[in-house]
Amino acid sequence: MIAFLLAQTIAITGGTVYPVSGPKIDNATVLIQGGRIAAVGTNVAVPAGATRIDATGKWVTPGLIDGGGQMGLTEIGAVQGTNEAVLRGSDVAAAFNVTEGINPASALIPVTRIEGVTTALAVPFGGLITGQAVLIDLDGATIEAMLIKSPVGMVVNLSEDSKGAGGGSRAGVAARLRQIFNDAREYGRRRADYTRAQMQPLAAPAADLEALQPVLRGELPVFAIANRRSDLETALRIAKEYKLQLILAGAAEGWQIAGQIAAAAVPVLVVPLDNIPSYDQLGIRYENAALLAAAGVKVVLLETDTHNSRNLRQQAGNAVAYGMTWEQALRAVTLSPAEVFGVAGRYGSLETGKVANVVVWTGDPFEFSTGVEHVFIRGREIPLRSRQTELLERYRTLPPKY
Amino acid sequence: MRRLSAALLLGALAAGCASAGAGPTQSPPPSPVPTQSASAPRAASADTTSADRAQYPSTYQRHPNPPVLIRNATIMTATGQEIAGGSILFRDGRIVAVGTTVEAPADAVVVDGTGKWVTPGIIDSHSHLGVYAAPATDAESDGNEATNPVTAEVWAEHSVWPQDPQIPLAIAGGVTTIEVLPGSANLIGGRSAILKLIPARTVQEMKFPGARYGLKMACGENPKRVYRTRGPSTRMGNMAGYRAAFIQGEQYRRRWDKWNKDHQGDPPQRDLGLESLAEVLRGNIFVQNHCYRADEMVQMIDLAHEFGFKIRSFHHAVEAYKIADILAREGTAVSIWADWWGFKEEAMDGIHENAALVQQAGGRPVIHSDSESGIQRLNQEAAKAMYYGRRAGIQVTRDQALRWFTANPAWVLGLDSIVGTLEPGKMADVVLWSGDPLSVYARALQVYNDGWLVYDRNDPAHQPKTDFSIGRQP
Repeated sequence: MIAFLLAQTIAITGGTVYPVSGPKIDNATVLIQGGRIAAVGTNVAVPAGATRIDATGKWVTPGLIDGGGQMGLTEIGAVQGTNEAVLRGSDVAAAFNVTEGINPASALIPVTRIEGVTTALAVPFGGLITGQAVLIDLDGATIEAMLIKSPVGMVVNLSEDSKGAGGGSRAGVAARLRQIFNDAREYGRRRADYTRAQMQPLAAPAADLEALQPVLRGELPVFAIANRRSDLETALRIAKEYKLQLILAGAAEGWQIAGQIAAAAVPVLVVPLDNIPSYDQLGIRYENAALLAAAGVKVVLLETDTHNSRNLRQQAGNAVAYGMTWEQALRAVTLSPAEVFGVAGRYGSLETGKVANVVVWTGDPFEFSTGVEHVFIRGREIPLRSRQTELLERYRTLPPKY
Repeated sequence: MRRLSAALLLGALAAGCASAGAGPTQSPPPSPVPTQSASAPRAASADTTSADRAQYPSTYQRHPNPPVLIRNATIMTATGQEIAGGSILFRDGRIVAVGTTVEAPADAVVVDGTGKWVTPGIIDSHSHLGVYAAPATDAESDGNEATNPVTAEVWAEHSVWPQDPQIPLAIAGGVTTIEVLPGSANLIGGRSAILKLIPARTVQEMKFPGARYGLKMACGENPKRVYRTRGPSTRMGNMAGYRAAFIQGEQYRRRWDKWNKDHQGDPPQRDLGLESLAEVLRGNIFVQNHCYRADEMVQMIDLAHEFGFKIRSFHHAVEAYKIADILAREGTAVSIWADWWGFKEEAMDGIHENAALVQQAGGRPVIHSDSESGIQRLNQEAAKAMYYGRRAGIQVTRDQALRWFTANPAWVLGLDSIVGTLEPGKMADVVLWSGDPLSVYARALQVYNDGWLVYDRNDPAHQPKTDFSIGRQP
């Protein structure tokens, strides 16, 4: 059975294909074989026996990738027993990898994927060094089956929310972070001494210092949450000092230093539909994504309400309304997140050899008038059902038939 | 949903406030044929209960401005029409003419609407602007008097901060009138404020003249969580709490009504909370009832029947679709989101088709925000709800979807004869859009409130800033 499914061949024909890696192709075929994209183009031979999907008049894109939420880690916001994204009791939780908190049976997964979001980052939150984010496909009966990459990055919070971890001062946060990095470096050099208890007390438990080694080697990126311009600059400064691979997240005032961020080649994760000022982000504005992109920054668009991760496309549409080009916005929810999350070899575009996460839309994916016609994750066609579609069917005519 | 960006990657434990409302009404079907003259709103609900003294009167005054003719636009009137190549003329705060052949008076400012759309000003039946002002510090947290489960005596207008920097953002989203409600911590949270959304020094200048107050009530999880240790701590405790309050309110109403009639002896002792409840029982204050679950809404309908009032609108009502028939029969509107769900147990059954199903059943859906962010794009949220409904095979017209954020909330506020549609005689609350307002790409270009150009995307002279926002940023 599994072998059969893997071998299944699907041809999506006649649609307007947006590969993202290249210009759109009218009246093109996307051929899926064995869970991978086998061919994309106008001259694709469809093998006999292939399942044909007529996409005439439709738009075909890669599945959208949302990096903003806790997919799989939360079920009901207010019910603690269903939330797995916070490691309580420690504001330095570098060793905290959320993978085993993921619930493949979460009702949010079908709700989300039938709207065209096929891949999501599961992101821990809280504390100063928050933990490790992992990337999942929104299909699979087990954690192993869903997991794409773990870890994707180390989440570090430099916004006002983490000040408690620095004694109530931003300067304290920066100093503590440096101390942790210094100790992690020292620990990495002197593991033997540590084991023989011949080191001074360190700023974090060994497991956390161990988890920071790939960060300090520049192999595992740091997702630095920061909004105030000075905090963004602190993140850039610390990243430079320790030669970190930096990704900025939030970055509400990023537009003010877009050139500096671009020059540092640091990608930025942005929520387009956020413009509510606070003392952490007085300069926040809708045009942030567009201004960053215009300056040459690699921008990834986010929806941070996990239950409405499906609104990523609305976020993207609004990014366009406030100045991004449509092509930039599509890239910012497909190929750019794949690149930033380190999986662009397999995800983010419709190219031969890539994982077949493909969505067939009735039109422009960012428009409300557009619906989803087909979703493929790893080449499997996803039934367009969720708990919500079942509620609709149950109550479509009243009284319901219980 | 407050502070999502600060909470970026921090998990959106959506606040999903609550508010609620109920109110007396005759509940006629949404009438596409309103109106009388706009600037004389029908008299509403001065406090008849007690004092023959002024009760925090509105000092709203129409801003003087020249007549405006927007021409050659697509005009969505919210009365069933979508007029291509249409024009709209307004003068002295009143809509004068809408159609394809409208003459430009010599003194009119003429705005070219080619390729653009025009709608009525947006009305949000559920906002906390001013009472939960940015920057969202404790100092600005003025929305829940969470010191007692029944605080019918508090008035939201006494918390509203006109310099809330979120107000100009909502104006730029095309919003012209809002109902500011107390939060949902309490069974009975207090009176709402109905405001013209304009730059102003005082809330009195914003108060919609003649508008009735609403009374915020809340069901379900919030009150029983907030008062867990002192009660109510259960849903049955919630119900007992409303009933006890209204029993007192009834008594108070009888005592005052008698005294107002015969003036025998000293007037009864005034009680601000009971005054609000008595006004509900007299039909002068609209109940706005935060309530998520279908079964609880029906409990609240029973409560309203017991005491002889009507619930004007349920708010949030994520399960309205399960009882759409009952809600239509009761004539109670539902103020809902397009897609919020999942932030707590009573919000688990939200579906995209909620508004469409309520509409189909003959009810009155309203797309509300309960959010300083969502209020900036109520048109988008309504569009989402409309298209999801259509894709599920439920007939929803563009005009109906437009009414979800214009005429229907006007009705919820009792102002449907004054605002909410584009018709001669109505108040000139008008939005000019860059494109189809039901598209994700449309932005409000100009917003007129009572004829006053309060926002112009292309003219910094018409982009109001609050005191909070000036002098802080480069």
